[in-house]
Amino acid sequence: MKDLRDLIYLDNHATTPCDPKVVEAMMPFLTNDFGNAASRSHAFGWNALDAVEEARDQVGALIKATGKEIIWTSGATESNNLAIKGVAQYFERNHGKKGHIITVLTEHKAVLDSCKALMRDGWDVTFLEVDSEGFISLDALKEALREDTAVVSVMFANNEIGTIQPIEKIGNIVREARQSKQSPSVVFHCDAVQALGKIPVDVQKMNVDLLSLSAHKMYGPKGIGALYVRRGRPRIRLEAQIDGGGHERGMRSGTLPVHQIVGMGKAAELARLDVEEGHIEKVRELRDYMWNTLQKELDEVHLNGAVEHRLPNNLNSSFAYVEGEAIMLAINNIACSSGSACTSESLEPSYVLRALGVDEELAHTSIRFGLGRFTDKAEVDRAIGIIVKEIRRLRDMSPLYEMVKQGIDLKTVQWSGH
Amino acid sequence: MRYSDKVNEHFNNPQNMGSMDRSDPDVGTAVVGAPACGDVMQLQLKINEEGVIEDARFKTFGCGSAIASSSLVTTLVKGKNIEEAEQIRNVDIAAELELPPQKIHCSVLAEDAIKEAIRNYQQKKLQST
Repeated sequence: MKDLRDLIYLDNHATTPCDPKVVEAMMPFLTNDFGNAASRSHAFGWNALDAVEEARDQVGALIKATGKEIIWTSGATESNNLAIKGVAQYFERNHGKKGHIITVLTEHKAVLDSCKALMRDGWDVTFLEVDSEGFISLDALKEALREDTAVVSVMFANNEIGTIQPIEKIGNIVREARQSKQSPSVVFHCDAVQALGKIPVDVQKMNVDLLSLSAHKMYGPKGIGALYVRRGRPRIRLEAQIDGGGHERGMRSGTLPVHQIVGMGKAAELARLDVEEGHIEKVRELRDYMWNTLQKELDEVHLNGAVEHRLPNNLNSSFAYVEGEAIMLAINNIACSSGSACTSESLEPSYVLRALGVDEELAHTSIRFGLGRFTDKAEVDRAIGIIVKEIRRLRDMSPLYEMVKQGIDLKTVQWSGH
Repeated sequence: MRYSDKVNEHFNNPQNMGSMDRSDPDVGTAVVGAPACGDVMQLQLKINEEGVIEDARFKTFGCGSAIASSSLVTTLVKGKNIEEAEQIRNVDIAAELELPPQKIHCSVLAEDAIKEAIRNYQQKKLQST
């Protein structure tokens, strides 16, 4: 096992370290306070239940919902499955037929694959396209809404390119469609995993009916998440995907992992404060500084995703004429990720970049950096130094860079391919 | 990607990286692959009158395996004659570098580059006579 302390961690979209305050909050529930929250008859159980309910309120407060509207799950993948399949199955039970779903090409696989599973079952799904910055067209959404649309699922902020969708406007469109009977049964689900703790999330103001949360993207432990399920105007009903005991108001059975829940609650509280007290702006400044410096030191670096309306900690850029996996190998003291085909098991380039219409060649040269709560300026300076040095070295090695500097237009070249 | 020491060595200390003058009549140049695929190898061979490869240079746009494959190729061909160089197979390159299965295609491209560079040299010789 490698000692990780010399490495610079800039992959906070993939996961985040547990905040020490989160670990501290969890520890008692891994040692003395080990009771099952469902044990009604003794103090072991009562303590566990109190801790769980406090965490429920902490998570609710993060998104301006009540604790009663929070269902614990094993993570956002499960929350996305529960939201989409749960609503779809309830719709079918109510209407006696399958219906229609609207989502976006750039969603997380947990959403896309849930929709595809429903398609195999006979559901219709519309996958909305995005523009070159990653935004959906609100007109396209309005046109796509049908009488039998059961759910619209749009993520708050994209994990690869950081683009933030206009969630409040989308929520209004969906609510309007429901009230005008254009789509009388439709509900709005939002995967907010990457947005939490970075930008304000308000399910009331934004007319969100279901919302997926994950702890390990906001400095909590892996293996715990939540689904916000609206209880008023309208009251959302869904079919459980896991049966056995009826926990979480019958929506998700299974003994609650109290230590995990306490961790997620604490993480949610800290995340809320990051936004409300403005600590997140420090991360934004570092990210802007990193991007500006890279642009100053290197030519031909391109930003992927939106310029404004972008997650404050995200930087996704293409370094033309050098390939993404080679970049990652060269800067291997920096933990980050690439949209290059070579870094995926399937040898296919990032589907998100493809949906943006990013040239295949630029997709192969893209690197995603995710700064975080624990990133400091010294690390960023070190990272910039390494990146600039290695990009220059790889460009010296690149036949494409040489051709371009000689004035050759690469688009006119007849490549042999393979 | 976790690579073998051999790949890391070639990646960190590439052998014979650079370019030759394309217009030199003794230089065969190959550019194989495509940017859209994420792999482009440029291989140049300087071949003398006896058909012996005196020198080689490479430049590659591609992943660690691609760069290592082309760097290795330049060391393999130097001192060989054309017939011997044409015998170099991708499986030998892949074995030497201990390439994982999903990277074998990088060694295939390197083998193609050798053959293409030789072909280019021979065509130039034909055209000049």
